[in-house]
Amino acid sequence: MEIFTVIQPGAYTTVQDRGRFGYQQFGVPICGVVDVFAYQVANALVGNLQGQAVLEATVFGPRLEVVNQGLIALTGGNLSPVLNDDPLPMWESVAVHPGDKLQFKGIRTGCRAYIAVSGGIDVPMVMGSRSTYVAGKIGGVEGRPLAPGDRLNKGKGRAKVGVRISPAFIPTYSADIEIRVILGPQDDYFSGGIETLLSSTFTVSDKADRMGYRLEGDTIAHRERVPKSIISEPSVPGGIQVPPDGQAIILLVEQTVGGYTKIATVISSDIGKVGQAKPGDRIHFVQVGLEQAHRILKEEEEKLESIRESLRE
Amino acid sequence: MFDKPRFLLAGDKGLLVEFGDAIDPEINRKVRHVFLSLEKGPIDGVIEVIPTYRSLLISYDPFQTNPEILEKEILDRQGKLDQWEIPPPETVEIPVTYGGDFGPDLDFVATHNNLTPEQVIEIHTSGTYLIYMLGFTPGFPFLGGLSERIFTPRRENPRLVVLAGSVGIANNQTGVYPIDSPGGWQLIGRTPVRLYDPTESPPILLKAGNYLRFRRISGTEFQEIASRYKD
Repeated sequence: MEIFTVIQPGAYTTVQDRGRFGYQQFGVPICGVVDVFAYQVANALVGNLQGQAVLEATVFGPRLEVVNQGLIALTGGNLSPVLNDDPLPMWESVAVHPGDKLQFKGIRTGCRAYIAVSGGIDVPMVMGSRSTYVAGKIGGVEGRPLAPGDRLNKGKGRAKVGVRISPAFIPTYSADIEIRVILGPQDDYFSGGIETLLSSTFTVSDKADRMGYRLEGDTIAHRERVPKSIISEPSVPGGIQVPPDGQAIILLVEQTVGGYTKIATVISSDIGKVGQAKPGDRIHFVQVGLEQAHRILKEEEEKLESIRESLRE
Repeated sequence: MFDKPRFLLAGDKGLLVEFGDAIDPEINRKVRHVFLSLEKGPIDGVIEVIPTYRSLLISYDPFQTNPEILEKEILDRQGKLDQWEIPPPETVEIPVTYGGDFGPDLDFVATHNNLTPEQVIEIHTSGTYLIYMLGFTPGFPFLGGLSERIFTPRRENPRLVVLAGSVGIANNQTGVYPIDSPGGWQLIGRTPVRLYDPTESPPILLKAGNYLRFRRISGTEFQEIASRYKD
């Protein structure tokens, strides 16, 4: 059933789900939402199963007209959502009716907003996922960002009543961001560079997209007499590449292999924070160990479970 | 080749396993052998495995397993890999129309190597290339085995759009662009065959571990093959 007609697509709005797994060996990247926590909460708010597709809006959100009755929820960065003439509360589900207009007035905090619909955005599955991969022209709406006139369908949803999560669970998206990292895989290519990474503050450049975030700041020096690039190897979301020029790039979800050294890797729980950073925001890296990273991940999972539990009551 | 694989952390969900530190068919064969063993005899908690030149990435669910368990399992398998047989490699033939609009840099590659364009084509089509890995874009093959007689540096000004099917050379590498993308390789020809077709199953034509050969075809044959695709 049709839920939205796209009037204006916004700066870059795509259909995404949790991602496309199992095809990286062929060069097809994971894609999927960048801020997994915000995405999971959005789906929970509208009573969706985990893994349903949502819209990921970037910086300037889309303008959408509601075609049929439905239940929606917005999470993630605050791009000033407005329903008809009234500000639309985030982190809660809201019933929408035919003729309603959802639009965004501009960025306040964060960078990416998630729009979930009860029943999920219904587009064909390609290689096991609905996620849009623009370079590969697959997923979402014809493998591209939304365009004016697109009609978006939703699946069968169960939830009808609006619910909200406790404010204590709502993340804050600051312009000064602390990102936790595990060193490696190529930390042995650096010595003083590691100290630079952990003591400097880096600024997000305007070359920041779903493939990666190029940072500006102090040059991260390689050790002397080591090669500055490596034999191409797999890359993971969160890998912090240091090319020969010493300016770091945080890889996100649209790259499978690369030949640059990776000094450290952002922990899974903080990748969403990277994705909510916008050009000009400042990033400070903090080192954690593997066990600590796994503990943080477990705490995040428990938090999500508490949120789901609170919504079932 | 390392005596014992080397394990490196790639974040909190990835374990990188290195089998050597060179681009070498034997090391790559080892990568594929372990990859195959993980496909046929999966380890609990492993989500996905990506094989590359000399290493593979094990992406895992930290709620189900951890690097310690995975390392032990991989080391354990070292002496027992023979129970997973590597299928004999196949050779895939890729038809290519060389030169002209299809390969605008053919003359440059020839001049750079003091050859005629005909000689470049002859050398390129006489090689058998090992598909070491796929990546960069869907289905992009990283090939080994280019003759040093046609090594040519990348273009000084990368093209904003290189058409899908373009066959290029960059230093000691040759490859085929599966999708339209920016690129700096010297383009010597183009194939009408689709290396990446999301409507097909499997969507990717080539497989790591197989070999590839290029066969010269005319412009007419190019059109003929291209017209066999539905859209």
